[in-house]
Amino acid sequence: MIDIQDLDVVFGTGADSVHAVRKFSCRISAGEAFGLVGESGSGKSTVLRALCGLATGWGGQMTVDGEALEPGPRRSDGFYKTLQMVFQDPYGSLHPRHTVNRILSEPVAIQGLDNAGTRVEEALEQVGLGQGFRFRFPHQLSGGQRQRVAIARALILKPKILLLDEPTSALDVSVQAEVLNLLTRLRRELSLTFVLVSHDLAVVSHICDRIAVMRNGGMVEEVTADDLARGEPDAPYTRQLLLASKGYDRAAIDQFEDFG
Amino acid sequence: MSAPLLSVRDLSVSFDTRKGVVEAVRGVSFDLGREKLGIVGESGSGKSQTGRALLRLTPPPGRVAAKTLTFDGIDLLNAPDRQLRDLRGGRISMVMQDPKYSLNPVMTVGRQIREAYRAHAKVSKAAAKSKSLEMLEAVRIRDPERVYRAYPHEVSGGMGQRIMIAMMLITDPDLLIADEPTSALDVTVQLQVLAILDDLVSQRGMGLIFISHDLNLVASFCDRILVMYGGQVMEELAAAELHSAQHPYTRGLLNCLPRIDARHEDLPVLTRDPAWLLSR
Repeated sequence: MIDIQDLDVVFGTGADSVHAVRKFSCRISAGEAFGLVGESGSGKSTVLRALCGLATGWGGQMTVDGEALEPGPRRSDGFYKTLQMVFQDPYGSLHPRHTVNRILSEPVAIQGLDNAGTRVEEALEQVGLGQGFRFRFPHQLSGGQRQRVAIARALILKPKILLLDEPTSALDVSVQAEVLNLLTRLRRELSLTFVLVSHDLAVVSHICDRIAVMRNGGMVEEVTADDLARGEPDAPYTRQLLLASKGYDRAAIDQFEDFG
Repeated sequence: MSAPLLSVRDLSVSFDTRKGVVEAVRGVSFDLGREKLGIVGESGSGKSQTGRALLRLTPPPGRVAAKTLTFDGIDLLNAPDRQLRDLRGGRISMVMQDPKYSLNPVMTVGRQIREAYRAHAKVSKAAAKSKSLEMLEAVRIRDPERVYRAYPHEVSGGMGQRIMIAMMLITDPDLLIADEPTSALDVTVQLQVLAILDDLVSQRGMGLIFISHDLNLVASFCDRILVMYGGQVMEELAAAELHSAQHPYTRGLLNCLPRIDARHEDLPVLTRDPAWLLSR
């Protein structure tokens, strides 16, 4: 479904340029949930942004659902009917002066589809929000409800692929659990392909089967969620991440290495 | 047992809004000795407002009331502003969440630390400088001279937070209130910063109030935990006993976390019971 070969993303030019992603490759088949995990600056979000056309200056080969992508912001007309993205911050990613109805109708209008009303109703139903939410503004919703609207906006075009960039990291843990359950259910019911980016190993290994661990723009290793559950990833960096996610342990911290 | 360092009885913080009175903190009581106390809760649980009220930093129009609010025999509720100014940053310090917002962007790191010190100690500029460099070294900054001259935007988030800790500990306070001090940091850096805090707190015999939303982190870092919900303390327990917590809210919070070592299809969802807030 998604094939990435030797992806390189560089921001800026000359001495100030930042090499955000270095020779990143992965192959994701239809219906799979693939995770990207790493610390800040590891390039995990940039991979998603290059896929969906938000990061434009990249090199390498990327193919999505049989369509080869070109660097630059342009995508073919139907591209976003195949691939949609959900962003981290539900406070920033919804227009504050648009109603839920208008937010959800916009992708329908852009793609020139009919029956916007029915589609909006259906999308709200899918994410577990009643029709009572349809004419509300984002500030009248809680963080979890906003993220549901953002997910509904991504689903309204019935895409095959969802790119999820830290979809729950702005939410409380109890709300995070609800959104994670929603995502699991949607993937099962709609046979979606997921690419999930998170800094949280537990979230990634909950949703995904295969996980790429990233650092400094490159892939450290690819692990399965079962490897992580058994606590035996190969790379020392991944083992340190795993240890760190278990909580505070004064003795273990002195053993931390600087992989900088 | 000696008298506690900090004693709080029936603390409440309320805000008058157009829609009526919002009670952010309702009847919180606890004692703190020279130990690490964690306050855990979700957003809106009143944990940060509790921390702020201790230093009388509740922003207007908020109102603070308590039966008792004493720090080392001083009545914090009725202390004159002058005395409060001496306490704040002197004997009680506070570390905030994000160093990007709590450091002054147009002042060098060194000048800010020096200023914090000289506000409370009558020392020369040179003495303040050498003490500041000493503190930067204590928080394990490798090149203190360079960082001393740097501006906040020239250092990383983890370094910024260590600078904050240096600035807050330079006056040798008796009590440190840390409000989500490491939530903006990567997980390994977070633990390294906590280790520094841990070492300094135990070397100097300070009391620490650690406010966080991260239950597991608090349980592994602190001695004792208050679990807050809806402005009230749901449960107080020893950190080591967190995983045998009794209160349904604490249990619910623990259960809804995804786990690396045990994969489930669906996570248990927390159901809130209004009765939790009625029984006071």
